[in-house]
Amino acid sequence: MTCDICGKKKATVHLTEIVDDQMSEMHLCEECARQKSSQMEQQFGLADLLAGLADPGKAAAKESEKNVLKCSRCALLYEDFRKFGRLGCSECYTSFKEHLTGLLRKIHGSNKYLGKTPGASQESGGKGLAEKPVALLPSDDLLDLKQQLKTAIAAEDFEKAAIIRDKIRNLEQKEQ
Amino acid sequence: MRIEELLNHTGEWLRGTGPSAHIVMSSRVRLARNLEDWTFPGRSGKKELESVLKAFTEAVGRINALKGSTLFDMTQIDQVDRQLLVERHLMSHEHASNPEGKGLLVTAEEVVSIMVNEEDHLRIQVMRSGLNLSEAWEIINAIDDALSRELQFAFNPACGFLTACPTNTGTAMRGSVMMHLPALVMTKQINKVLAAISKLSFASRGFYGEGTQASGNFYQISNQVSLGHSEQDIIQNINGLIRQVIEQEEQARQALLLQNKPMLEDKVCRSWGLLKNARIISSQEAIELFSMVRLGLDLGLLKHVDHKALNELFIMIQPAHLQKIEGKKLNAFERDTKRAAVIRQKLGRSSNND
Repeated sequence: MTCDICGKKKATVHLTEIVDDQMSEMHLCEECARQKSSQMEQQFGLADLLAGLADPGKAAAKESEKNVLKCSRCALLYEDFRKFGRLGCSECYTSFKEHLTGLLRKIHGSNKYLGKTPGASQESGGKGLAEKPVALLPSDDLLDLKQQLKTAIAAEDFEKAAIIRDKIRNLEQKEQ
Repeated sequence: MRIEELLNHTGEWLRGTGPSAHIVMSSRVRLARNLEDWTFPGRSGKKELESVLKAFTEAVGRINALKGSTLFDMTQIDQVDRQLLVERHLMSHEHASNPEGKGLLVTAEEVVSIMVNEEDHLRIQVMRSGLNLSEAWEIINAIDDALSRELQFAFNPACGFLTACPTNTGTAMRGSVMMHLPALVMTKQINKVLAAISKLSFASRGFYGEGTQASGNFYQISNQVSLGHSEQDIIQNINGLIRQVIEQEEQARQALLLQNKPMLEDKVCRSWGLLKNARIISSQEAIELFSMVRLGLDLGLLKHVDHKALNELFIMIQPAHLQKIEGKKLNAFERDTKRAAVIRQKLGRSSNND
């Protein structure tokens, strides 16, 4: 089989594209495939996906502001994060906090961290609560509601779960 | 340990035993970690990368659990050797392609490997045989604890572990399993299963990782989200999902046996015959035939081979391995003949009475 684009070299890359539910197959040589893939990356890369998630709709409105937003430590421009989809250092998380909070929620369906804490002993279940300032600890009401939410979800009572979820949101906003 | 010594054996995780090892070939957990004191690798120069590598090397020297491991400096080994490490699932393609400032730590038996200065400063992975994510998590959690006592990780209580790509932020953990699902493919249910998996925010990939197509009915399934759940919860969720897929595959296998055992037996035995006799074979064809032989073994249609030999062949038939076994560079045609010879030798050894 020869390459669909150059028609000379042997096709070794087989590409399946789906556009508007129409599936098409292409058979390409390595060189043409590389060119084709760099075109595709330009059209639609991970960075674009992330950027689209980061600022849906209001991308244009705040353009000028974002051009100058940069990390106070590594000097990465927010604009460059949008282009390449990679952050430069731990401080970027603080410098771009306003934009990242929403982005993380969109990617993961949540922006609450529930994993382990470095240096925390395993006895405390991996959550080094003692190390956190007291103000960051959720109130008892909140913990109680979260437990209720878990129970409601486990029982597949989603209407009840939605009501509890909204209560939790309200409480969390107040506490912040 | 020298690279050549890796050729004398394959990773412990390929032994082909453990929970549900007939359908789940292996389980893997990886954690991404960055060091607070340096910018992420993508935004670092050669000097910074080298000082991260140095800080890591010194920390490893103080950790008992990592005693006896080997640290490879990517700039000190050639391209075929780097490819060999990729083929053994010890590191990524990305890590092999641009060696500057990069390192790889591998423990004895290849259970733990740590990429230094890939997308993040550290990418720690643990591999286990069969469906064994919980054990992989226990091992990796202990190593992570030990490392965090020596190195200050980039972490904040609100976001968790901070990574270069926001898709990893939080636990920065990915759990994945390699599954062999021939009956779901043959009964044309696989797309339905994969669609359900992606709806539940899990990803499926081919045998050789990111960006590869599934071949030989092997699928790698992993979690996507790293915020909103604890590590243990994520592992339980994957386990729950995988157990359902195992059940579906088992049902499909029984259905195939009931409906058309002679056809299945014919497929399996022809595949065995081809592998035992072929003189020229591509890796794609070999993997498809391994899949059938493996299925035959699971269903008791074949007896002369074991999972370990088949698992090891997956690794040995890849280009860099063939070239290291032969001791010289081989072109595509030479590789296809060498591959056939390696397969005949390995299967001949495990089935003398055939």
